[in-house]
Amino acid sequence: MSNATNTAKKGGFLAGTANYLDERVGVAGILKEFGRKIFPDHWSFMLGEVALYSFLVLLLSGTFLTFFFQPAMTDVIYDGVYGPLKGAEMSIAYKSALDISFEVRGGLLMRELHHWAALLFVAAAGLHMMRVFFTGAFRKPREINWVVGFALFVLSMAGGFTGYSLPDDLLSGNGLRIIDGMIKGLPVVGAYVSSMLFGGEFPGHQIVARLYGLHILLIPAFILIFIVIHLFMVVIHKHTHYSGPGRRDDNVVGYPLMPVYVAKAGGFFFLVFGVLMLVAATVTINPIWLYGGYDPSPVSAGTQPDWYIGWADGALRLAPSHLEVTTGNYTWSWNILLPMIVLILLLVLVAAYPFFEAWVTGDKREHHVLDRPRNAPTRTAIGAAGMTFYAVLWAGASTDLIATHFLLSLNNVLTAMQISLIVLPIIAFFVTKRVCLSLQLKDRETVLHGRETGRIVRLPHGEYLEIHAPLDEHEMYKLVDFIDHRPDVARPNSQGKITVSARARAAWSRFFFEDRVTPVTATELAAAHHEHEALEGSETKALH
Amino acid sequence: MSDKKGLVPASHDSEGFEHDYSAGLAAISADKIADPGLEPHRVRMTDKSVKHEKRAARQVFYWFMASIVGSVFSIVAYFAFPISEDLGTVHNNTFFMGLGIALGMFGIGFGAVHWAKTLMPDAEVAEPRHQTRGAEDVRARAVEIVNLANSESGFSRRKLIRRSLYGALAMFPLPALVLFKDMTTDADPQETLRHTMWTAGTRLALDPTGTPIKAADLTIGSVFHVIPEGLMPEGAHKDDYLEQKAKAAVLLVRVDPTEINSQKELDWGYDGIVAYSKICTHVGCPVALYEQHTHHLLCPCHQSTFDLANDCAVIFGPATRALPQLQITVDAEGYLVAKGDFSEPVGPSFWERTAK
Repeated sequence: MSNATNTAKKGGFLAGTANYLDERVGVAGILKEFGRKIFPDHWSFMLGEVALYSFLVLLLSGTFLTFFFQPAMTDVIYDGVYGPLKGAEMSIAYKSALDISFEVRGGLLMRELHHWAALLFVAAAGLHMMRVFFTGAFRKPREINWVVGFALFVLSMAGGFTGYSLPDDLLSGNGLRIIDGMIKGLPVVGAYVSSMLFGGEFPGHQIVARLYGLHILLIPAFILIFIVIHLFMVVIHKHTHYSGPGRRDDNVVGYPLMPVYVAKAGGFFFLVFGVLMLVAATVTINPIWLYGGYDPSPVSAGTQPDWYIGWADGALRLAPSHLEVTTGNYTWSWNILLPMIVLILLLVLVAAYPFFEAWVTGDKREHHVLDRPRNAPTRTAIGAAGMTFYAVLWAGASTDLIATHFLLSLNNVLTAMQISLIVLPIIAFFVTKRVCLSLQLKDRETVLHGRETGRIVRLPHGEYLEIHAPLDEHEMYKLVDFIDHRPDVARPNSQGKITVSARARAAWSRFFFEDRVTPVTATELAAAHHEHEALEGSETKALH
Repeated sequence: MSDKKGLVPASHDSEGFEHDYSAGLAAISADKIADPGLEPHRVRMTDKSVKHEKRAARQVFYWFMASIVGSVFSIVAYFAFPISEDLGTVHNNTFFMGLGIALGMFGIGFGAVHWAKTLMPDAEVAEPRHQTRGAEDVRARAVEIVNLANSESGFSRRKLIRRSLYGALAMFPLPALVLFKDMTTDADPQETLRHTMWTAGTRLALDPTGTPIKAADLTIGSVFHVIPEGLMPEGAHKDDYLEQKAKAAVLLVRVDPTEINSQKELDWGYDGIVAYSKICTHVGCPVALYEQHTHHLLCPCHQSTFDLANDCAVIFGPATRALPQLQITVDAEGYLVAKGDFSEPVGPSFWERTAK
């Protein structure tokens, strides 16, 4: 340590600073540990980055907005610059949102940036989740990180909804009205929970300030904590990589953090920020001045919630008529409870999937090499079915717009959606599974017989042959390096009993792996080569 | 079982891991095609030719310069495009400032990424990855520490204090239950949900002007959005006028009495003029759309549809209950007035709705 001070002096300011920091926070050790950490490279790994950077944009633009926004619902008469609303009675919250838009330079830009960043945040988090799902990145040891990421996705929706409701405009007020109606439908506690949330009767004078507290403190704090845990686990596990030559479960292949990843990821932050800024500058979103302040009586037709709430709104719309029942003095609002149960069930299934798949495969090994989606056909098909289910719910939130745009009967559109909600996921499952298996068969074919060259040769006896070019070994390895699962039968335990759980597991293992394509083995490859040589030999002979 | 041929136990595949884990249903084949190792590195033009390298460096420089230009431009735009009463100026301010900042960001972003892709090493390297589970000696030490902590504190041994601690931990969050009670008022929500502003003799008034309505003002087919008179007096509103409006809003329609199929609906109305709660019985959106020729009322939020010719029964959509009807008549001056409050709670259902 005493030497360090001497050598540092020779190095000038930078070395001096480095030395200062090292002697106080041990920065040398940190750099030694992380400076050359390897990060694999793939475009799909950027989805999570987009979510992270959008969140940073949200923090920055949101802080700006807090300097001007006033979360109070006291009535004022609008006297600002926006003509059509002059003299209108409105809440202070709505007025301050108008003032940010029209009287603060750059205020509208920041409001739009914040809204667009929120939309992108939830979207990127959702896409990132799909990437993780379809590549099997949730497998051991990352199951817990999947749950953390899932919590982040739910929190991002909560952050979005609480923020959306703050301006107290007509659109967001009607959104809150729906939330109020849903809460009132809860058995036993409904009316009381609603009254707690709104501070008495809907809409009251409290809800905006309460949502504000959640929106700018509690939810972002939780998101931040979960992001830290999420990334901490990425450091512990090291990033996954796609299967390919040289990529194994016991190594990580990619570029070093310093300098390559710092430049790429740091630059990418600015690109995400830049795209959001460009969109905010050019495309208006949520023009609250057109809606007016909240009033429980008017409503605009054909309005839509922010995209990530669509699936919940769609679920409400798709509930069949007349589900509400009264038993004695009490009302069961199944028209609200059923959609809520469906939504919660879907979320629970998503959160629990990694544990379910681990139980079915019984695979206790660590997995760091990602699956290509086609190489896990049943999982990919389940994912496609889940996405389809979500998509139908989501489209369900637009039944009225679909009907008016395509001149269809609203009733028919809704009925079609109700049927689609059940039927389309099943179709998606089977189609996806077959497509995956076909792609796997195609891969097998390519490995065994090489790539089609488009060169057709006619043999003297009239037969036509297409010449296939063999793959190089690196290309080939990518197509054969995947896990071959085999279904199992229910086996008795140590007491000689076949348990219900063992039977269930056997049944699921058949569901997952009964239809499968195995990777080409070395023996098969050698046999195929032998066959080709024989064929080419005969071809050459015949041509002479 | 011939397909099991050539399979070896998972342990052979453990590839340097200290521990063998069960592979479960995964079949580990000894006949797997061998991993050829990392692809050979392909040399880029910028590595081979000084000309290309210099050009790439120049491009990075241009991007960073563009970023500076963009940032400066946005500061200039802040002053050059102030906002005034003219709303067009808001657009210009937003557009030019945003453009400048975006260019400032893009310049850094494209510059840094271009730098990384063209001038920094592009050969992928491998680094070993260790299993997450701790080494045996580390795990043994961890167990030892837990046992030591346990024996030093006597956590397992001292049952009495351990259990009393559990009790205390279970109880300490309970004050939170009462702490949050004052988030709401003392009014029983069940009671407030049952009553609206309508009383016998309250005039029906136009929303939002508050002008009372005469029966003669309505022709067949006309629709009025209605509030109780006195909800929004000129000048000073009561504090709770939005809460009252959220329950009392009414849709007033005049229909040819011969087209109404419900005797109750006719009796509760006045000469074909009928008043129904505008608050949807599903989740409370305003049922604002009236289709004259079918007599259907449609809620724009979730498309619940009510048949106005048949006591506003639900004919489509997620709602179950008909919209509550307000009994009306006319007073001495010919104004439409309520005969009393709604006979049932309006708006979305709640648990105790039918309880008395």
